[in-house]
Amino acid sequence: MRLSVDLRTRVGDFGLDVRFRAAPGITALFGPSGAGKTLVLRHVAGLERPREGRVTLGGRTLTDTAAGVHLPPRARRVGLVFQEHALFPHMSVASNVAYGIRGRPAEERRRRVEELLALVELEGYADRRPGSLSGGERQRVALARALAPEPELLLLDEPFAALDFRVRRELRAVLRGLAGRTGTPMVLVTHALADVRALADDLVLIDRGRIVASGEARALLAAPEPAAAATLLAADDLA
Amino acid sequence: MSGAPELAPLLLSLRVSLQATVLALLAGLPVAWLLARRDLPGRDFWTVLVLLPMVLPPTVLGYYLLLAIGRGGPVARLAGALGVERIVFTPAAAVLAAFVASVPFLIRSAQAGFEQVDRAQVEVARTLGRSEWAIALTVSLPLAWRGILAGVALAFARAMGEFGATVMVAGSVAGRTRTGSIAIYEAVQAGRMSEANVLAVLLTLVAAGVLLLLSRIGGRSRW
Repeated sequence: MRLSVDLRTRVGDFGLDVRFRAAPGITALFGPSGAGKTLVLRHVAGLERPREGRVTLGGRTLTDTAAGVHLPPRARRVGLVFQEHALFPHMSVASNVAYGIRGRPAEERRRRVEELLALVELEGYADRRPGSLSGGERQRVALARALAPEPELLLLDEPFAALDFRVRRELRAVLRGLAGRTGTPMVLVTHALADVRALADDLVLIDRGRIVASGEARALLAAPEPAAAATLLAADDLA
Repeated sequence: MSGAPELAPLLLSLRVSLQATVLALLAGLPVAWLLARRDLPGRDFWTVLVLLPMVLPPTVLGYYLLLAIGRGGPVARLAGALGVERIVFTPAAAVLAAFVASVPFLIRSAQAGFEQVDRAQVEVARTLGRSEWAIALTVSLPLAWRGILAGVALAFARAMGEFGATVMVAGSVAGRTRTGSIAIYEAVQAGRMSEANVLAVLLTLVAAGVLLLLSRIGGRSRW
């Protein structure tokens, strides 16, 4: 499932002009704060409308301003995990995860929730409330919830940023495992080079609303081209 | 209770206010939800329109209501078509006056409640394939409950205190439209001070109860 993004838009003073593709696997969208990473994700998710551009996923057109196409978020089959989990605080963990599973018998839904909780290593958490979970646990519930409707693409907006070092490492392993087992392509927004090194198959470098470089992560990390990419990658952990 | 004639206006007040509050909840919640959306076209205009009854003199409100439900008014004609002969000076008019006066309080408070719901939670719900309607019911409504409940309490309190508009459209018909607030005024006019006393104390207790409820809503921890 290939994602193709081509966007030109303005939000206030900020101009975004990006064009990139993401192949199956994990694509890291890396750049400093304010580079426009989150804005790109929001456009792919359908939460923003670009002035001009086209977003396609596999054979489906999600956005095409020339043709007047803009699928609403609910019709995109694109999952989203925010930096701050955004769990529904009034629902149990199981209800959070089941929120996006529609039109299936209750028994099947329950089984699917259990499967997903196992996938993020949270067996036995079904009846807990988000308020009683640690930051890492909440983020794992958010992952399971996003995967529940079987999205064709998963967007992760700095999913580790609010977590401490040790939990970060755990969660990276969970995510790596998920990418392998579900086969769901992921776009990971991050400003931490450690995330890129640990997770990314492909790498897209973004700065001030423009793509600086993109390509296979390992190759790009080893030999950054052009010079601007080297500068961006040299500033480790751009927080 | 019905043995004490002073209590009749108070009971009428409670009944009228309850009915008005239920109406305010039914009509006000969807409006509050809409006004809380940033993408609502003409949001400022609708906000002013909806909140106007809060700042208008109650007699002005009553005057407009009278134009609407009085003989030949649009509401009166509609009611006439449904077989209702008269609204003015009936309990229905008292409920209507209390409703119009109190619904802005519910809307304002519920709107604030909806606006406090984390936008990310609503956006995530959208990406999970649910309709706007389903999200409103399962995410926005339960997360905005404090604002809604506070709005209900405020609307009820305002309805209990309604006087000016009620007198104009419903008058003061004993047992039908003579609510507590009106009965106090008439008791004082007629020099029946002990009756005014009883009603004043009871209305004060009801108002204090509402305040107590409001502070409870504000104080309880979130989840």
